[in-house]
Amino acid sequence: MNGVHDMGGMHGMGPVEIEQDEPAFHSGWEARAFALTVASASHRRWNIDMSRHSRERMPPADYLAATYYERWLFGLEKLLVENGLVSAKELESGCPERRADGTGTLRAAGVAEFLRVRIRARLEDDVRPKFRVGGRVIARNIHPAGHTRLPRYARGRHGVIERDHGVFVFPDTSAMSGDKKPQHLYSVRFAARELWGADASPRDSVYVNLWDDHLDPA
Amino acid sequence: MSDHPHHHAGDDHAREHDRPLSGPALRVKALESLLVEKGLVDPKALDELIDTYETKVGPRNGARVVARAWVDPAYKQRLLADGGAAIAELGFVGRGEDIVVLENTPKVRNLVVCTLCSCYPWPVLGLPPVWYKSAPYRSRAVINPRGVLKELGGEIPDAVEVRVWDSTAELRYLVLPERPAGTEGWSEEQLAAIVTRDAMIGVVPVTVPGSGR
Repeated sequence: MNGVHDMGGMHGMGPVEIEQDEPAFHSGWEARAFALTVASASHRRWNIDMSRHSRERMPPADYLAATYYERWLFGLEKLLVENGLVSAKELESGCPERRADGTGTLRAAGVAEFLRVRIRARLEDDVRPKFRVGGRVIARNIHPAGHTRLPRYARGRHGVIERDHGVFVFPDTSAMSGDKKPQHLYSVRFAARELWGADASPRDSVYVNLWDDHLDPA
Repeated sequence: MSDHPHHHAGDDHAREHDRPLSGPALRVKALESLLVEKGLVDPKALDELIDTYETKVGPRNGARVVARAWVDPAYKQRLLADGGAAIAELGFVGRGEDIVVLENTPKVRNLVVCTLCSCYPWPVLGLPPVWYKSAPYRSRAVINPRGVLKELGGEIPDAVEVRVWDSTAELRYLVLPERPAGTEGWSEEQLAAIVTRDAMIGVVPVTVPGSGR
């Protein structure tokens, strides 16, 4: 979706300010929002792509005004209700109507293993690559209303396949229906001038990870 | 409009930063109570998750990887060929993502960003800092990397190539910074101590403290 989360190349956002000795979390609620999000994923009602898409669907003005973990909280509430773990009424009232049987609930002893395997995007499927390393490609000029990992700034631009990383889950369909649509993932090199025009440095480039379905031969 | 946190509540910025919209602290507390009562989350697992990223997993992991690569050429070769496997040799394992290691040289500077969200190599750097997840960095790193690098770590000469890596997949990047001059003969531990998180994201070089380099 052409949302405000797709920020590459926007102006006016201000300077990058690095905080010295930054803590992992700036308040107790941030830590809890983080942990609740990770722990709730253990029920496997949604995948990482659906999780990202839930945050992208925050209304644009709210997204820009929110802190990072407020976006996570927004996304988590959405995922819980949309996937039937919590009803809208329960979320509103805070009172449980139904208890779960505890199956799939992450326990402290299982945390390390859960973190190790939580995201499995590389697939063993035998799928032929559509492109070869060194091949010239053009990123498709697509504007899906749903989730996509093809940033706006790269659409319609020419690039070169720098590396073939093998077969991966395709996030654009995985986020919308759970369909993994196994296909090759590449690093595609775009010259800075191709993306940003003649004012960009002639030496520089931006590498974007894109999938077969994002690309056409150039 | 940045994500930058402020701790002085009550000023004009408070609403759009620490305590905005509808009181996230209250909402999180209510949500945790509900999920615990429903049996969907175990508070002890939450404590364990938080402790993991507050005390166990952070940029010290990545610094050990970098220091090892600086002293052990065979390890560096393995690291560049298959980042995930070489990192696992040191006992750091992640969330199933591949990790690609990008080597800085006198001719090439690498810079990592995630313009669409906040993808970051958790196993070696822990959770990303606020600035990495912020609108200023996500918007500017791809269109004006030299501007960002100049502000944060000094101007990059024209002759040096800047490569920006937008983390759009479950494939994370770790920058292998250049080993600074003046560290000849240092132990792996000494070297690891000077490797910073920001150097492994690529926004600054590694410097020897006190040397002015």
